[in-house]
Amino acid sequence: MAQLTYREAVARGIAQEMARDENVVLLGEDVAKAGGVFKATVGLFEQFGPKRVLDTPISEQAILGAAMGAAMTGLKPIAEIMFADFLGVCYDYIANEFPKTRYMTNGQVSCPLVVRCGNGGGARFGAQHSQSVENWCMQFPGLKVVSPSSPVDVIGLLAAAVRDPDPVVFLEHKSLYAVKGEVPDGEILDTLGTAKILRPGGDATILALGMMVPRSLQAAEALQERHGISCEVIDVRSLVPLDTQCILGSVARTGRVFTVEENPRQLGWGSELVSIIADEAFYDLDGPAVRITTPNIPLPAADALEDLAIPSVDRIVEMIRRSLTA
Amino acid sequence: MTEKTRPSAGETAPAGEISPEKRLEIYRLQVLLRQAEQRAYDLFLQNKIKGTSHLSLGQEAVAAGAAAAMRPGDLSFCTYRGHAHTLARGVPVEKVLGELMGRDNGLMRGKGGSMHLTSVEHGVMGSYAIVGAHLPIACGAAWRAQYKGDSDVSVCFFGDGATNIGAFHEALNFAACRKLPVVFVCENNLYMEYTPIAEVTAVKHPGADRAGAYGLERIVIDGNDADIVYLTMSKAFARARAGEGPSLIECLTYRHSGHSRADPAKYRPPGELDKWKERDPVSIYRKRLEAQGVPGATLNAIDAEVRRLVDDATQACEAAPSTSEDILFTDVYADGGCSWRN
Repeated sequence: MAQLTYREAVARGIAQEMARDENVVLLGEDVAKAGGVFKATVGLFEQFGPKRVLDTPISEQAILGAAMGAAMTGLKPIAEIMFADFLGVCYDYIANEFPKTRYMTNGQVSCPLVVRCGNGGGARFGAQHSQSVENWCMQFPGLKVVSPSSPVDVIGLLAAAVRDPDPVVFLEHKSLYAVKGEVPDGEILDTLGTAKILRPGGDATILALGMMVPRSLQAAEALQERHGISCEVIDVRSLVPLDTQCILGSVARTGRVFTVEENPRQLGWGSELVSIIADEAFYDLDGPAVRITTPNIPLPAADALEDLAIPSVDRIVEMIRRSLTA
Repeated sequence: MTEKTRPSAGETAPAGEISPEKRLEIYRLQVLLRQAEQRAYDLFLQNKIKGTSHLSLGQEAVAAGAAAAMRPGDLSFCTYRGHAHTLARGVPVEKVLGELMGRDNGLMRGKGGSMHLTSVEHGVMGSYAIVGAHLPIACGAAWRAQYKGDSDVSVCFFGDGATNIGAFHEALNFAACRKLPVVFVCENNLYMEYTPIAEVTAVKHPGADRAGAYGLERIVIDGNDADIVYLTMSKAFARARAGEGPSLIECLTYRHSGHSRADPAKYRPPGELDKWKERDPVSIYRKRLEAQGVPGATLNAIDAEVRRLVDDATQACEAAPSTSEDILFTDVYADGGCSWRN
């Protein structure tokens, strides 16, 4: 057992998979000699060498395109798109190429690759380096989308993503890179498509992702202490595939559900989950499903403004309290 | 006719010998591509092929010359104008026409259609309908070959229009930096969809004039001469297999039909098509073989054999059932289905 930061967990997860399978390769901007701009790939170049850890030019289309060509022909590339916002300049691969190839070719071609990105806000980087882009990725049949919230989940889900035969977008949260957590020794392998109940509770279900997970846990603590409200906190972890059974099971127990989403409100990931709940668990609900999100605005840079925009512990507490006591 | 749209004999003249057997192979390939695509056009007119189609009629020398220079294991990456390149690698005509017609005997059983022809067993790693997307993908396949120490080469075909999209430049730079075994083949047919490429491009030769920016040799060839294509490609393959890196070959050619089935190509100046038809790749190749002493009867026999093959393929497709409905939901994910949740 060791204490690792989230960023150290990224490097350990990649190293675990590269040591296991020589077909696993890593490419991206500054990922090799510099160890990544977020220092999430430190040591990999030294351990695995320039043949398997590649610094690329600032050419996001070349990064994802090359990853795809390599994946189609037998390698298992892990491609880093530094800030998730940059998926905008190589979106063709996310939208048109990775997810559709297996279907269009009637199963002849697969794209077993992982795209890692630094996702999310809280770092005062402004509107083009802070977005939460889960919903940019989860709309395409054929693509999988994962977002871990703890160091141990980083390793286990990254390993699962690398071993998965389908393309996976792996969204690391920038503001969690420094967070520490207990990580067991030895190989860690998790399962895509599994949510985790991090805190049991009976009055309401909170569905959270990424940085919203620790905030939701704090909010649940405060709701219990200050208001006697017992919340079940679920780390959704995997949007595609989605652990609907875990979510619906919790909703059936609590009768209320809240999503806590960092993305802007319009078509955020929670809207799809709430839609499923409305379809399939309507009669389990004792009140409306409530989405707690960033408002429909680009994220501002100034700390005071950014903190107002992204759901805070206080806002989560207040919205749940008001909703349950109304 | 402007200087820029005049039929050109190319600038690069490769040396080399071509065996009589190889010449007959190249002739037969061109005849096959011509007849199969003319058949596809006829089937469109009969409404037996739906959707769209981008034919390579007039551009057969590029596909035939390139394929004749490839080895099994080499990988082709094609565009939405990919019927010819797919057929040239040995994919059966019936599979291609069946795919265009949405039949169960189609190459992908109708799930891809005209713009996405793929046959991994023949080294056809896909036809890509987003302009430029496949240049980086071809780099990735070449990267795998380099990583594994294999001698396979990736060949990426694209039109003149693709040279103005970012992925072209990203791929060229990436391939040149890493000395990847990839051959980029620009089929310059003078028109970017409906617009003359010269009107929207800062240089005269959209492919070759960019090569220098990536440290590559400037290569402009007569893309209507299959021998020149074959020899140039052979040289580029040898270079790639020797670890000397990528090549970019601009082939000057001309499509006899419009951009797609919806395009009557009225934007072309009067006489231009006729001028290019005088340099029709299939006709000039046949004349060359005859001048070299190949009996007309030998060539006629090839023509007839191909005609039978295309006729048989057409009949098989017309008799084949429509794609079965049970594949609508298959192969979205690796588990064979389309479920994204439990």
